[in-house]
Amino acid sequence: MPAKLLIGVLGAALLAAGAAPADPLPSGTSFLSDELRTLEADAASNPGMLWVDEGERLWSTRAGAANRSCADCHGAAESAMRGVAARYPAVDAARGDLLNLEGRINRCRTTHQRAEPLAYETDALLGLTAFVARQSLGLPMQVETGGAAAPFYAAGEAAFQRRQGQLNLSCAQCHRDNAGRSLRGDVISYGLGAGYPAYRLEWQTLGSLHRRLRSCAFGVRANQRDYGSAEYLALELYLAARAEGVAIQAPAIRR
Amino acid sequence: MTAPSRRHVVIGAGLAAGLLALPRLARATPELRDAAMQELTGGAPVKDGRVRLTIPGVAENGLSVYTTVAVDSPMTAADHVRAIHILSEQNPIARLFTARLGPRSGIARVSTNIRLAASQNVTALAEMSDGSFWQDRKLVVVTIAACIDGG
Amino acid sequence: MLAQARVAMPATARPGDIIEIKALIRHPMETGYRVDARGQPIPRHIVRRFAAVYGGTEIFRMEMTQGVAANPFIAFHTVATETGEIVFVWEDDLGATTEVRKTIEVV
Repeated sequence: MPAKLLIGVLGAALLAAGAAPADPLPSGTSFLSDELRTLEADAASNPGMLWVDEGERLWSTRAGAANRSCADCHGAAESAMRGVAARYPAVDAARGDLLNLEGRINRCRTTHQRAEPLAYETDALLGLTAFVARQSLGLPMQVETGGAAAPFYAAGEAAFQRRQGQLNLSCAQCHRDNAGRSLRGDVISYGLGAGYPAYRLEWQTLGSLHRRLRSCAFGVRANQRDYGSAEYLALELYLAARAEGVAIQAPAIRR
Repeated sequence: MTAPSRRHVVIGAGLAAGLLALPRLARATPELRDAAMQELTGGAPVKDGRVRLTIPGVAENGLSVYTTVAVDSPMTAADHVRAIHILSEQNPIARLFTARLGPRSGIARVSTNIRLAASQNVTALAEMSDGSFWQDRKLVVVTIAACIDGG
Repeated sequence: MLAQARVAMPATARPGDIIEIKALIRHPMETGYRVDARGQPIPRHIVRRFAAVYGGTEIFRMEMTQGVAANPFIAFHTVATETGEIVFVWEDDLGATTEVRKTIEVV
C-alpha cells in the first residue's frame, strides 16, 4: 500500500477511535450478588414486576375529566413507549421545563386526561413509571444534553460535584472517585440510576430515583430536597448522561 | 441447663399459637430453635444429610435472603418428603416457614425469600413419609439486620 | 382482593413432566415489631398461608410467619398430570384472600 494512503487510512482509524464513545460505566446491577442478579433478571421472581403489572393495568384504565386512558392516545405501550425511558429526562418543547418520566406521565395526565397529577411513591405513579421504563428494557441510555437541555445538564453536573451536608461529601467523591471500593459492608457503585424505579431491599418496596437521592442526602446529613425538585431533576439528567450506553434494567433490584 | 424463663415459655407458646405482640422484642436462641425442632419431630432423631440448604454465606440485607431447600427423595407415594421447615436461631420466631409437599411434587425443592434478624445458623429440617427427619444447617452473615428497622 | 399477585408456569407440558411454578404476591409482611413515627406499634399483617390446588387436589402448601420477606416469592414443583386449572390462593392473618387461576394443557 502506498505510504500516503496508509497514513490516510491510519489517520482515519485514529479519528474514528477518538470519535467513538467510551465504554459505558458499569450499572448497579453488576454490583449485586449473583443471587440478586438472578432474581432481577427473571420477571417471575423480580418483585418490581408487581408494579409493572399495576402500571399495565393503569395504562388501559380511563381517567380524568377527559375519560381517556394512556392506551386511547398512545395505543400499545410495547411499541409506543419503546425507547422513551432511554431518552428521559428530556426538555418539554412546549413549556421549556425539564421532565423525567414521572413528570412526563403527570404532564400527560393533567393536560390530556384532565386528571389530578399522581404523587411520587404512590403505587399508581410507581406502577406507570415502572411499566413505561420496562418497555425500554435492554436499550442503552441516550439522553440529549445539548440545546435546550444544556443549562439543566450544567446545573446537574454542578450538583453532582457540590459538597453537601454535615459530612460535607459530594456525589462525585463517592460515585466517581471511589466507585468499586468498599464502604462498610457495601461496594460503592457509580450511582448511575439506570435501574430505577427500583425495588430496594431496604425499602421492601419499589421506589423512585428521587427517593434514592433523598436517602443519599440523608446519608451525608444534608437537607433532602422535595420529590420532583428542580435540583433533583437536573441531577437526574446528569446521571442519565453519565449512564450513556448503559442498558436499562428497570425495575432493578437494589440493596 | 437453667429452667426456661417465663418469657421463654411465652415465646414457646407463641410458636404454636401464632405470634403475640411482645412489648420488648425478644429473640430466639439456639435453645429455642432446638425446642421448636423437638416440637416438630416429636423427639425423633434428626440426621444430617439428604437435605441441601442453599443460602448466601453473606446476606447483603437481612430483609430478604434468597433461600432454596432441595431434598434427595424419589417423591413416590411410598417414599417422599412430607414437609420442609426453615428454622432460625436469632429471629424473634424460630420457625420461619413450613412447606408441605407430597408425591405430586415430583421433586422436593422449594425457594423463597426469608428475613434474618442477625448473623446466625439457618436450619432446614425435612420430614419424610417414613417418619424420619433430616437436616442441613448453614451459617449466614447478615450485614444489615431485618426485623428491627427505622422504616 | 387482598393484593396483586403473579404466577409464572409453563402453559403446556407432557404427562409426567415436572414443572416449576413461581409465585409472587404484593404484601408488606408487616412483622408487628416496628413502631411508627409517633412510637405507636404497627400491627402485624402477614400472609399466613399459600396453597396450590390442581384439578381439585392440593399439590403444595406453605405456612408463613414474619420470617418470610415482604412481597413473598415462592418457587416449587409439581407433576403435570392432566389438562386443567391450577388455583393459587394466598390467605392473610386478617382472613383476606387473593386468588390467581392458571390453565395448563397436558398433551
